[in-house]
Amino acid sequence: MAVLELIDVHAYYGHIHALKGISFKVEPGEIVTLIGANGAGKSTTLRTISGLVRARHGRVLLNGEDITHLPPHEIVARGVGHVPEGRRVFPQLTVWENLEMGAYTVKDRREVARRMEFVFTIFPRLKERLHQKGGTLSGGEQQMLAIARALMMQPRILLMDEPSMGLAPILVESIFEVIRQLNQHGTTILLVEQNAHMALQVAHRGYVLETGRIVLEGTARELANNPQVQAAYLGMH
Amino acid sequence: MRKAISQSVLYQALVVPLIQLFVFVAISLLVIGSVILILAALFNRPVTGGMTLLQFVIRTLPQVAIDGLVIGFLYAMIALGYTMVYGVLQFINFAHSEIFMVGAFIGVELMLALAIPSTAPLMLIMAGILLAVAAGMVGSGLLAVVIERVAYRPLRGAPRLVPLISAIGVSFFLQDAVRAIEGLLNNAFYRNYPSFPILNQQIQLATFTLAGQPIQMQIQAKVIFIIIASLVMLTGLNFVVNATRLGRAIRAVAQDRPTAALMGVDVDRIIMLTFLIGGALGGATGVLFGIRVGRIDPYVGFIPGIKAFTAAVLGGIGNITGAMLGGIVLGVLEGFAGAYLSQFTGGAFGTEYKDIFAFLILILILMFRPTGLLGEQVGQKA
Repeated sequence: MAVLELIDVHAYYGHIHALKGISFKVEPGEIVTLIGANGAGKSTTLRTISGLVRARHGRVLLNGEDITHLPPHEIVARGVGHVPEGRRVFPQLTVWENLEMGAYTVKDRREVARRMEFVFTIFPRLKERLHQKGGTLSGGEQQMLAIARALMMQPRILLMDEPSMGLAPILVESIFEVIRQLNQHGTTILLVEQNAHMALQVAHRGYVLETGRIVLEGTARELANNPQVQAAYLGMH
Repeated sequence: MRKAISQSVLYQALVVPLIQLFVFVAISLLVIGSVILILAALFNRPVTGGMTLLQFVIRTLPQVAIDGLVIGFLYAMIALGYTMVYGVLQFINFAHSEIFMVGAFIGVELMLALAIPSTAPLMLIMAGILLAVAAGMVGSGLLAVVIERVAYRPLRGAPRLVPLISAIGVSFFLQDAVRAIEGLLNNAFYRNYPSFPILNQQIQLATFTLAGQPIQMQIQAKVIFIIIASLVMLTGLNFVVNATRLGRAIRAVAQDRPTAALMGVDVDRIIMLTFLIGGALGGATGVLFGIRVGRIDPYVGFIPGIKAFTAAVLGGIGNITGAMLGGIVLGVLEGFAGAYLSQFTGGAFGTEYKDIFAFLILILILMFRPTGLLGEQVGQKA
């Protein structure tokens, strides 16, 4: 069964019809990427899955369970981790407190401590910054914290919204390395990226969004070799 | 390492706020007191009772400071209700002054129902007051939750002015509701807290001589109660906000509501609990205030409410530490203004001008620090 399935999802942003019937699947262990231009509806798709944006029509299934009309905190409790666009680290909370927030739904203190140790094996830098306020971290560190925070939930699926945005090229490399590493640990990932080049390198499959609709889908290799995709998103002519 | 963390959190949450409070008290007294002394020295001249202005100020300053601090603690506790709600919703709960007033009424009704004889032993009286404070906390806390549910939550998506008007409406409603209920039950809409001679007695704190002036510091017994209660509550609140899972969630919601929801926080529940805590503090303060002034009526919340709101803005609205600082500064300013305005101006401006003076200072401070004394993170939100 697919970890995540969207069936003909429509959503509005104010009066704008942002999603016009989105359908796709994410299978266990996959990295699936949504690529597309600004305003194509990539972030809205993730926010609709998390319940931050209400789907007006259609269904969102998590392991077969309909989560379309659940509030965000219940969707999180069912195993959807979301690394939001622009990192959205809590600026006045320390790194430790930010990570604790990620494990908000976990009551067992020892389990929280265990997960935190695991997260530090992936992001040792965060351990050094443990008592620093989130807002004082560098952009790359904030992105690491945002990912680490979502990992504290041990999500069944991790939604990542533009993790490379605003980062120096070297940091982009290392963020994608982390994504690959997480996936090898068994995390299913739905990745939204403007950096289609990197996204298609790391992903198994992908979907191309244009103005709220899926216009193309295929394996990452197929998409990377597709002339339309190359022209529009990979900067080739 | 985990132990070290939890210890440092405990330290952060219990010891630091107390030190902070002490520092705030010391600094505001030192700064404002020195200014008064310097002014007195500059404009020194004979005043009443064969004393010079400077002698008069030295003789009365410690006492005035204590009285100002007590008012300041009361303002600080009310201010916390405004600032916590503002922190999570960026909304001024103007009905908070009436939540405070209802707390005062719940307290007085309970005290009157208990009918503790005025000569009862101290322990019994204290138990009665504690019970009244607890009842005020529960009643006002629940009232705040109901108000949020009925009058604010349905308007959450509306433009910011709309819930503000709703809050003002709730204020009038509560004033008139209490007035109606008390009028029907007692044929009068004011109530008097029972008075206990043992609590009204003055306790000598210190008697000494400074610069040739005999100085007496004394404190009313019930004021000690107010001070202890406020210290316990201010520290308790700090502990909840800074060292508990709930407090972390409150701060997360205040900083970034949608992201807090993505962490699995039930944002509506956290907002409800914030109203509960703020309302409970307001209710407790209402009871303490009532015990201090004795007579209360349905409009008794307005002035302390406005001043506490001012204190919250002065400290930096949305900032809990700032609310405490703002309350203390405003209380001390007001106490000093009330005590010395008439002597300094040769009787031209009496004690009744103390509020004008205190607010003048406030406007001056806000002209130079629009975000308030401690409010640096407000700017990035508004």
